[in-house]
Amino acid sequence: MLFVTVCIAAVVLKLPVRLIASDVIRRFGMFGILALAMVPSIQCGTGPNFALPIGIICGLLGSLLAIEFGLTSKYLGYGFISAVLISIPFAILSGWVYGMLLNKIKGSEMLVATYTGFSIVSFMQIGWVILPFKHPQLIWPIGEGLRVTISLDSTFGEVLNRLWGFSIAEVYIPTGLLLFFFLCCTFVWLFSRSKKGIALKTVGDNLKFAVASGINVDKNRILGTILSMVIGAIGIIVYSLSFGYMQLYLAPLYMAFPAVAAVLIGGATTKKIKISHVLIGTFLFQGLLTVVLPVANQLFPEGNLSEVIRMIVQNGIILYALTKVGGVV
Amino acid sequence: MATEYALQMKNIEKDYYGNKVLKGVDLAVKPGEIHALIGENGAGKSTLMNVLFGMPVIHSTGGFTGEVYIGGKKVDIKSPNEIIKMGVGMVHQEFMLIPNFTITENIKLNREITKDNFVSRLSKNKELKTLDTGSMNNDARKSLDKLGLGIEEWVTVAGLPVGHMQFVEIAREIDKTNIKLLVFDEPTGVLTESEADILIAAIKRLASTGIAILFITHRLDEVLQVADNITILRNGELAATRKKEDTNVMELAEIMVGRKIDIADKSEQTEDHGDKVVILETKNLHVDMPGERVKGVDLEIIEGEIFGIGGLTGQGKVGIANGIMGLCSSSGEVFLKGEKFELNNTNGALNKGLAFVSEDRRGVGLLLDSSVELNIVVTTMQVRGKYLKRIGFFNQIDSKEIREHAAKMIKELDIRCMESQQLTRQLSGGNQQKVCVARALTLGPEVLFVSEPTRGIDVGAKKLILDLLVKLNKELGMTIVMTSSELVELRSICNRIAMIYGGKVEGILKPSDSDRNFGLMMTGEYRKMHSKEAI
Repeated sequence: MLFVTVCIAAVVLKLPVRLIASDVIRRFGMFGILALAMVPSIQCGTGPNFALPIGIICGLLGSLLAIEFGLTSKYLGYGFISAVLISIPFAILSGWVYGMLLNKIKGSEMLVATYTGFSIVSFMQIGWVILPFKHPQLIWPIGEGLRVTISLDSTFGEVLNRLWGFSIAEVYIPTGLLLFFFLCCTFVWLFSRSKKGIALKTVGDNLKFAVASGINVDKNRILGTILSMVIGAIGIIVYSLSFGYMQLYLAPLYMAFPAVAAVLIGGATTKKIKISHVLIGTFLFQGLLTVVLPVANQLFPEGNLSEVIRMIVQNGIILYALTKVGGVV
Repeated sequence: MATEYALQMKNIEKDYYGNKVLKGVDLAVKPGEIHALIGENGAGKSTLMNVLFGMPVIHSTGGFTGEVYIGGKKVDIKSPNEIIKMGVGMVHQEFMLIPNFTITENIKLNREITKDNFVSRLSKNKELKTLDTGSMNNDARKSLDKLGLGIEEWVTVAGLPVGHMQFVEIAREIDKTNIKLLVFDEPTGVLTESEADILIAAIKRLASTGIAILFITHRLDEVLQVADNITILRNGELAATRKKEDTNVMELAEIMVGRKIDIADKSEQTEDHGDKVVILETKNLHVDMPGERVKGVDLEIIEGEIFGIGGLTGQGKVGIANGIMGLCSSSGEVFLKGEKFELNNTNGALNKGLAFVSEDRRGVGLLLDSSVELNIVVTTMQVRGKYLKRIGFFNQIDSKEIREHAAKMIKELDIRCMESQQLTRQLSGGNQQKVCVARALTLGPEVLFVSEPTRGIDVGAKKLILDLLVKLNKELGMTIVMTSSELVELRSICNRIAMIYGGKVEGILKPSDSDRNFGLMMTGEYRKMHSKEAI
């Protein structure tokens, strides 16, 4: 409802609607896969994946390595495909280890998840600095340590956006981006209809029932966690490329929350989630965020209010969504 | 005699949405009398106590009819608080103690003795008074002494043995100054022999001080040891009252069980299992199921029979099926068709042709927020890989096949639902049970374990399910192992019934065997009696 109001306000105030619309669509595509990562983790019963930063870091590592080793030829999507491929093994490994941790704390997943995510990000602060990367685009001029933000202009920045992109009435539709997002959604959907997928959902639905049906609960929870991390890794790669920049250091710290909030707004609960929740939720969340900014700017042209408003809106939405969770921390 | 009764309950009737659980029960206890209340599971004992204590579950489901008198005065109890104020206390089976508090603190909880202090005088707030630990300890000491318990009152509850915790519960009740009637719900269930003796001595001592005691139990020999009068409930009715001197264990057992429904002459129909192939055999089966421990069960189940497992709650009958199916950790030896069978392996059990309908319908048996059709096929899908379409390396659920199969099951078992995609949460208990049975049947098992198949189901659906089991047995030759706390049910369709007491097989009976034997085996008296005779 809020979204509609704000949209109407935008039109009324004669803001560059076309631009905003393109923005919304673009953010929808770039953020969607991160939200999608919530699906396997909720389905297998471990709740929203608050430790998504782990998967994100895997994705970042993958991208860095792709650039470092110059795997950025045209056939590898300027590095996009290589980034994805390299990050997958990392994501699988971290998902596996983290999954084993989760199995030991059944019932308190959400709490532990957030802090695990935080600690890995903090640990990587050291990592980013000391890892032996040499590519001039990645490191500081002093010769050591990765930069905080790394531009992807020369590599795979905007690769998907521009792929098959077109404009309708001055609204730019980044087709490649959207197609890839929908493709990922389709894979997840197909998986949930396979035998393994159903086993996974059964574990999340009713643990005792799953046991009574001979399903290995622990293995399936680990599977769900691994899938979540892999999708998260892919998600950050897509996000970065659409954004044009890769952000290291503290950036991954809070990236789980918007993803969780998005699916919760879309109608998911900590125990049940469908792909439609991802789609609707991401659209609403990103849309609201994108539109509110210029509108607020127009309404309150003084000073830096816009930034403040953005913070309030973003975190407000997250808070609101979390209140719907119930029984969290 | 014009002596006032401490408690009188007259003509109590209670029904839950048409299902009558108490059909005109009378109970009377005099001050200083020890009165035992006995009956099978489901006879109505707990319901009667719920009525006495004004529990919300009674009032929110239509209340009850009949009259309750405390100390000769008619009372209208609306909440447990009221009855407690009138001097009635209850010692529960499950303790309600705070582990980190001392015995005194537990005894005096919410009734602490307090002294005024500076702050409370100033603010006139009662809650801010200091605790008068000295007097509280004294009172606690007195209660403990009344029970003959030698432990210190300042000890924390956490480290005490179970038996002592029971005594602390009792001490708490008798510390209440106006106690007139004390109800004990299965007090010796968790006690060792010696503790039980101490308890019985304590109860006698309490009675001699004028408190009326109501004692709910299954243990018939204890009843005769301690009670003055005995009330026996059966199927919600008052079956009989007896004075201790006028009866014996055997008579009590018989009255407890005495059936009214005709046994559907199953015994006459007993197909002569001439070949008697043993399909499932257990040797020294131990199952660690909390509350229903199995401590060494030897059974031989014959192919094609309907085998019943009966006994009181908590004696282990439910544990047997759960153990064999691998839902609870178990040990011992099990042989299926002569081959050694691996325990603690649910997948293995399902693969080898065993299927299971759990007693916990909603918890273990169903995915409440999933459709009927999914519930029916999901186990078979996982265990046998059916109902899937293979597309190269991948598979997808075959919705069409699932729908067809579900439609077939719905028709055969007469599952009342709007459509096969309906969520199972919305179905009635009986229909939910049928879905569970359908799921087990879809596996195509050779042996079907059914636990408490008609629990919580209305009378009409009960018959349907029992008839269904008989049909499966006759038409498909399926071996059925049925665990139930309803003896009547077992006796109406089983070929043989094993009675479980104390985690072991007390004996195996035919449905046509005497009520007395059933009653004795159920209460664990049978062996005692026969070993006595041997001497």
